Amino acid sequence: MTTTIEPPELISPEEPGGPDGHTPAAHRGEDDHAHHQGPTGILNWLTSTDHKVIGKSYMITSLILFFIAGIMALVIRAQLTTPTASLVSFQTYNELFTMHGSLMMYLFAGPFAFGGLANYIVPLQVGAPDMAFPRLNALSYWLYLGGSITMMSGFLVAGGAASFGWVSYAPLSNATNSPGAGADLWLMSLALTGFSAIFTGVNLCATIFYLRAPGMTMFRVPIFSWNMLVTAILILIAFPVLFGAVVMLFCDRHFGTHIFTVQGGGVPVLWQNLFWFFGHPEVYILALPYFGMVTDIIPVFSRKPLFGYKGMVFATMSIAALSTGVWAHHMFTTGVVLLPFFSLLSYMIAIPTGIKFFNWIGTMWGGQLSFQTPMLFSIGFLFAFLMGGVTGVLLASPPVDFMTHDTYFVVAHFHQVLIGTAVFAGFAGFYFWYPKMFGRMLREDLGKLHFWGLFIGFWVCYMPQYVVGLDGMPRRVAAYLPSNGWTTLNVISTVGAFIIGASFLFFLVNLWVSWRHPIPAGDNPWDGGGLEWFTTSPPPHHNYSQLPPIRSERPTWDYNHPEHRTIHAGRHVKPSDTPSEDEKVGASS
Amino acid sequence: MRIYGFFLAGIGLFFAIIGGVYWFTSYEDGGFLMLVGSALLGLFPGSYYLWWSAKMKPQADDDPKADIAEGAGAVETFPSSSIWPFILGMGALFAVLTFVFGLWLAPLAATLFLSGAIGATVESRRGGAAGVAASEHTASEHTASEQTATG
Amino acid sequence: MPTSVIAVKAVTNGSPGRPRPADRATAEPSGTSGHPGPRHARRWRRRALAAAIGAPLVLGGCNLYPTYGASRGVTTQGQETFKLYSGMMTTGIVVGGLVFLLILWTIFRYRKRSEEMPRQFHDNFRIEILYTVIPVIIVAFLFFFTVITENNVDAVVPVNATVTATGNPVVDIRVTAFQWGWRFDYTGLNVGVAGETTEGPNNHGPQMVVPVGQTVQITLVSDDVIHGFYVRDFNFSRYALPGVTNFFDLDVMHAGTYNGQCTQICGLYHSEMLFSVRAISPAAFHLWARAEVAAGHTLQRSGSSAQDNPPPNTHITNGSGYNTPAEAKGDQ
Repeated sequence: MTTTIEPPELISPEEPGGPDGHTPAAHRGEDDHAHHQGPTGILNWLTSTDHKVIGKSYMITSLILFFIAGIMALVIRAQLTTPTASLVSFQTYNELFTMHGSLMMYLFAGPFAFGGLANYIVPLQVGAPDMAFPRLNALSYWLYLGGSITMMSGFLVAGGAASFGWVSYAPLSNATNSPGAGADLWLMSLALTGFSAIFTGVNLCATIFYLRAPGMTMFRVPIFSWNMLVTAILILIAFPVLFGAVVMLFCDRHFGTHIFTVQGGGVPVLWQNLFWFFGHPEVYILALPYFGMVTDIIPVFSRKPLFGYKGMVFATMSIAALSTGVWAHHMFTTGVVLLPFFSLLSYMIAIPTGIKFFNWIGTMWGGQLSFQTPMLFSIGFLFAFLMGGVTGVLLASPPVDFMTHDTYFVVAHFHQVLIGTAVFAGFAGFYFWYPKMFGRMLREDLGKLHFWGLFIGFWVCYMPQYVVGLDGMPRRVAAYLPSNGWTTLNVISTVGAFIIGASFLFFLVNLWVSWRHPIPAGDNPWDGGGLEWFTTSPPPHHNYSQLPPIRSERPTWDYNHPEHRTIHAGRHVKPSDTPSEDEKVGASS
Repeated sequence: MRIYGFFLAGIGLFFAIIGGVYWFTSYEDGGFLMLVGSALLGLFPGSYYLWWSAKMKPQADDDPKADIAEGAGAVETFPSSSIWPFILGMGALFAVLTFVFGLWLAPLAATLFLSGAIGATVESRRGGAAGVAASEHTASEHTASEQTATG
Repeated sequence: MPTSVIAVKAVTNGSPGRPRPADRATAEPSGTSGHPGPRHARRWRRRALAAAIGAPLVLGGCNLYPTYGASRGVTTQGQETFKLYSGMMTTGIVVGGLVFLLILWTIFRYRKRSEEMPRQFHDNFRIEILYTVIPVIIVAFLFFFTVITENNVDAVVPVNATVTATGNPVVDIRVTAFQWGWRFDYTGLNVGVAGETTEGPNNHGPQMVVPVGQTVQITLVSDDVIHGFYVRDFNFSRYALPGVTNFFDLDVMHAGTYNGQCTQICGLYHSEMLFSVRAISPAAFHLWARAEVAAGHTLQRSGSSAQDNPPPNTHITNGSGYNTPAEAKGDQ
């Protein structure tokens, strides 16, 4: 017996009767062209507090810095192709790997995720008109831009940029061992971008707590926004500690304190404790948003809801909680940390991460998978992070860490997890939400070329690094001996790195082509489920003129596919709700 | 609202436990204090939310059967275009550059920072960004009573 | 046509097993496509668990540990580390390999074949419990073996001992790292060797000579910044941290020359901070020591063993953190 299901009445969120009583829009989106007469051109950019403009600014800035850092990586790899190369001097080489790491970690991976995509998408996903504190949001961007300029300007001062690694261990980073303004600029840049991140964290928390649309209970919030909430809390835990440590180091360098120097009664290893208390949550701050992107993408291209929604939420919270207790696994070789405590907690992180993996697989299981570019990149993430994650479990063991610490084994591990998340999953998110942000589609064929180039180059680059690391090659070395026997593997790794670099040319061409010869995207080109796919592409000023009823974590899907609604999502909807009763609830407004 | 109270209080409790274990198994002060700080970070707002949620009416966004119409009316005050974040940001930039390059940058940093702080405050008091943007549809609305309580 | 409510109920009661190949060829109603059932998945998981735990044990018993690119270790400590590494790699390959195959299977099996909407299930309590509990068990095993190995690797004879508990002689060497070279002070033998790597393609820096079969206790300190003492064939590294005195023991089992290098970025010539360790028989070692003294390579520190007089404000540790509050505060 068939049931005819009517779509529910659409209700506008801004009814007449509010204090200003403005009229509802005749057509979605057109209203705003009539009303919105703000500043134009560059003044618009400088004064905008619209989360969409700020999000796009973050994304463009961070992608530019990503490419700059990528070119630095190619120079590093070129230097390492031959044992005693002199492509760059030792000083320049040390600056290159320091700045490559710093740009990628501080200025690309984080800001692209929480300043860029999250800023744009989270208010849309929860049905909010903007972030909770729009001017604070804008301030976050300007602090980030200022911080990026500050860090890059290290290259312009005498003595060059910072050259002590992105972790800047004391006492190498003190005034005696690293004099010069480059190091100070690096430290100040961390202060600026740190506050940028803290303010974004505050904004994300407030937005997700307070500005959700009616009916969107916490357990109907999409996982990307859930992950951003957890990331925001981690940011609030971790970044103030970094700021404190940076201030302390700056005082040691310039104000005569001896916090990190033995001669004055200080403790150098305190820097490591402070830094890694920030540093380990930092890598999860970098990873969780990208996990969230993949978790939103895979259900769309499997045509099924996410498997194990609540398990995902609790797994994310567990990962975040545990990540704050494992910092000293970066310090196993110092000899002054409690090895079993940190080893056990580090092992335990594997459990919720495994749960997430099985939930992703469970989402695809039984689905109708289609492999457009966002899905390809998400699957690439699954493979990359799987291997990077397994090698991470190895590193949780102190004896194994003793034999691999500071070798290319670790370099390969963290590149696999970071590229798996920030690049594979990050570009998955970019390809996925690009139609929403810009109203036009990216070309599928160029996207696939980008993916395959990246995927192949990725394995060619990093598998030899595991081998050469186990063979004894340390990290951060500008040269090695021909007698070491590491040359061939380094050559292969360099080839892979250049393949990765080349793959991004396809991406840039794709952007250019989509701009010059646009294909309109429509509201929902992927048949996505989140609220963001209900509004126009790009969304109008203040995002929504109409909203569907919210009864699950996929409100747009439920609206478009009422006969395949998500049931049992969220603990409030009982199995006894028949379709007709549910529809009555929606239609009664 | 109760749910984020539990969420944050849970974070606080987790850190309190881990911090306790850490104190008694290692004798490392720095990490212990950071864990204590994190516990407080969870317990303060968490207990606040739990206390408030007992006094508040249920919110529309926590009601699984809520209709979109219940959120009708003005949502919040969202300032539109504003130059002050940019000014404040530049003030912060020059403030840190003062530490690197010398006190001669300090007047510029101070000017930008102070004018930014004053400008942003005055703008807020006026109820929205100055100029054309004041006519924006949400610029001067005030929130419904429940949301004022939480705002 | 079944509604999605009924389809979801079918999932929570456990669906019938894996669809046989004949089923896949026919047009299936949306309620029975693809879901293999918890019993099948459970059997698979049990096999994975057995393989992950059993493989390293079996291989270990036969001394057939695959090296996976690492050194088998030439010290007793290094060999323990190697066995743990090899076992963990085997476990990782089995577990990771299974997940890899699962992903691969899923993306091939569930490729889009029609416009038919797949069944919209979104949880399965039993499977979720299963794939939570099994990783917990695997992690518990890994942690157990880790703790045992780590205690053996970090075990040290008492400071200033000249023989071990079993009567084996102990040689004390104070290793000092500095920018950009190494100094090896044989405190009981009045021998001191120091050097920096000079430019040149195959110069491997100062050499630390040690006796095979005896216990060498290293005291590791730094003169300036953090350096890393790393010898690949010992499967071991430890930081030379200013303000900290690290102790560790090396029981070299096989004669030979082993390359070492600084692994912690320490400034401009970090990549040039090479050294090597040469292990020779005890008799040859004592001849070598006498020859070094005769050649004038004596200790550069005055007085008795420097281990008796560590510099002030130094934390002494054997690798596992502080054992008492007094140690943590630096009162030794």
